[in-house]
Amino acid sequence: MSKMPQLVTPERQQRTDPAGRWLGIAGGLVLAASALLPWAYSFEALDGMTLIAFPSPLQYLGMVLGLLVAGLIICSRLIKPRGKIRVGWIRAAKAAGTGALVYIGLIVLSISLELGGLINVVYGGWLALLGAVLAFAGTRLMIPDQPATLSHAQIRPALEILLIALVMGAALFATAFGLNIDDGGTFVCFLAFLGAFVAVLFRVGVMGFLSGASQRHRKVLILAAFVVAFLFPFTQGGSDANMSIATQVIIFAAAAMGLNITVGLAGLLDLGYIAFLGAGAFTAAVLSRSAFATADIHPPFIVVVLIAGVVSATLGLIIGSPTLRVSGDYLAIVTLAFGEIFRITMINLDGEAGPDITHGSNGIPAIPDLTLLGFDFGDPHTVLGIPLGRFSNYYFLLLVLIAFVILVFVRLNNSRIGRGWVAIREDEKAAEAMGVNVFGLKLFAFASGAFLAGIAGAVKAHVDISITPDQFVFLESAFLLAAVVLGGMGTVLGVLVGATLLKLLPEKLRFVTDYRLMIFALLLILMMRFRPEGMIPSRRRQLEFHEEDEELAERIEEEVEETGVLKGAGR
Amino acid sequence: MRFGGLVAVNSVDFQVNKGEIMGLIGPNGAGKTTFFNCLTGLYIPTEGRVVFDGAVLPPKPRKVVIAGMARTFQNIRLFGNMTALENVMVGRYCRTTTGPFTSIIRGPKFRRDEKATTERSQELLDFVGLGHTTDHLARNLSYGDQRRLEIARALGTDPKLLLLDEPTAGMNPQETRQAEELIFKIRDLGLAIVVIEHDMRFIFNLCDRVLCLVQGRTLIEGTPAEVQSDPRVIEAYIGTGPEDAAELEAFEEEGQANA
Repeated sequence: MSKMPQLVTPERQQRTDPAGRWLGIAGGLVLAASALLPWAYSFEALDGMTLIAFPSPLQYLGMVLGLLVAGLIICSRLIKPRGKIRVGWIRAAKAAGTGALVYIGLIVLSISLELGGLINVVYGGWLALLGAVLAFAGTRLMIPDQPATLSHAQIRPALEILLIALVMGAALFATAFGLNIDDGGTFVCFLAFLGAFVAVLFRVGVMGFLSGASQRHRKVLILAAFVVAFLFPFTQGGSDANMSIATQVIIFAAAAMGLNITVGLAGLLDLGYIAFLGAGAFTAAVLSRSAFATADIHPPFIVVVLIAGVVSATLGLIIGSPTLRVSGDYLAIVTLAFGEIFRITMINLDGEAGPDITHGSNGIPAIPDLTLLGFDFGDPHTVLGIPLGRFSNYYFLLLVLIAFVILVFVRLNNSRIGRGWVAIREDEKAAEAMGVNVFGLKLFAFASGAFLAGIAGAVKAHVDISITPDQFVFLESAFLLAAVVLGGMGTVLGVLVGATLLKLLPEKLRFVTDYRLMIFALLLILMMRFRPEGMIPSRRRQLEFHEEDEELAERIEEEVEETGVLKGAGR
Repeated sequence: MRFGGLVAVNSVDFQVNKGEIMGLIGPNGAGKTTFFNCLTGLYIPTEGRVVFDGAVLPPKPRKVVIAGMARTFQNIRLFGNMTALENVMVGRYCRTTTGPFTSIIRGPKFRRDEKATTERSQELLDFVGLGHTTDHLARNLSYGDQRRLEIARALGTDPKLLLLDEPTAGMNPQETRQAEELIFKIRDLGLAIVVIEHDMRFIFNLCDRVLCLVQGRTLIEGTPAEVQSDPRVIEAYIGTGPEDAAELEAFEEEGQANA
């Protein structure tokens, strides 16, 4: 990680610290108070910030940031560290100050963009900006304290579990709230707030404590995560709009997780991975009860899923066995070509250029909804008075799917096979000389990744109703790869976050949809420059990308000694 | 073994017995490491074949390891970002057969194998004297410890023959002595060992027999005393014939300076 540029040198901070403290508190309070005043001229802007003493949600969030800055600075004076356990008050205050400035800046920008000019920002808004600037400047002038060591703290296990549950609940609430925002500007501002808030939590040490606690209660954490994911459709009040996005996100994430085996674990660059998703989808479509399906047999869905997976895995073996003899860039080129060959083959299987299997570029439409054990996925259901639509039904099925994919990923990673993959990534020649079956393991990574994409594709066929070759263009492969690289190669959480961001942002933000190629390309370039290991890196990958960094190696070693594992998979 | 017009190793024939330490010496570029690479399948010999334990070895590194021949590298090639224990566990890879299915369902075979692998690897770490470094990253270990870890990793493959490529290069005298003890200890397990080394005092102390390679050919094979006193060996290293014992000593020191 590269260091942030320092605006105020440490020597100067020595002198300015007291002034910075008062400035920061004042700025925070001004910002908090300004939430009671109108910020925008018209109700149209963002979420309606025109009332006196009736803050809108975004204004409340601004107030929270302001109070955080002031509160953290005050706490740093009042609460002294106990024993070895330190809280990073000032560091957190600095993060809050920066976050507040970015947040208010974005709000002012959004108001002027949405209403046409800065003139539409009224006195409350300017006061909020002033408060944010003061808070930012004040916190910059202060001497940072030592990094927090809350990760060493422990409280009663029951309390820890309760805390994990609370955090999960908050995450569910925030997701539901965020997804129900229709206005683009409001959504961006909300994301900025979340970013600032999480940064504060990290700095203050709460995140360290939580990760420690979740390590002690790993099963509880996983259970809680799935319960939260399971509860999500119930927050949507019967609306299918967000659920449709959610199903797309999960299919995308499941495919990305499969690609993560190939790229993240075995270190093979695959640029044609979408073909495996396509193979699964077409297999399921051809075998479905659609009037346009070309196969006469219609096995039950469980069987179809298996067939789709096996077809994809076989394709993986066929493409893999000759191409895995080349490596690096060459492999990328060959797989890229394979992806295109797949798409064009699907177009050509139209009855003219070849046998009629896929109806060419028309694809196979009208794929009927699934029926499993008498449960029709097309029918809306009402559970506890909350209506759940078609996409909610598929969402539950997809949750099971992605749970399976994650299980396969994690368990393969933490096995003899996973160790073999790491050894191959580290030094292929040495691995071979130590008796690791390099070729076999690479081929297996290829095939198992393809298998997982195949089963995801089988479900995708039913969710999307219609399957055509042009859904499987190279760009999709690139996006999958971007999700893996941005999120963090070789991790579960990172790839989930990466896939969610890459799929969700274009759906929610018009601006991102129009410029998504440019935005994601820029994002990738910036990541490669500043954080090549991804947003949520796997420890091992972090080490690989920073071969020179002795300090990092020491730190991770300490972690390994504490926990007994070098976390190759998600944290 | 031929690289273009250059013959790097030419008709080298030798035999190592169980519990024997064989030294492989020769001036720089004599073909010692190339010879190792041919043996272990990293290079495919242009002519000839490797017979080990009565069977012809295919030039595939993995098959060679399974047949029972393991090696270390001249320039250490550990898996730096894995812990010491994991490095040895990779060595155990070819002696275990846990498949993907049992790994995914965490079946009884997986648990049994994983436990056995961990235990055996820890045992090997203890054996080479790295028992305390289990969770240390290989890249954080000291140079001498990295050399030991490489030996432990090679031992993880349950070899019958261990090939050590300059195991004491870059070590101080004390570490060299420890390495010597370790190699004796491994021999006492009943393994055959072949050592490439430039440190003459070390090699003549250690080995039961010594083979001297010059320009890819066997110059002489015999006991340390025989090789040590052979004028051709000294000529090969220094280039001129020795007149008396004084020059022999100079040669020995030269050898150490090289190492």
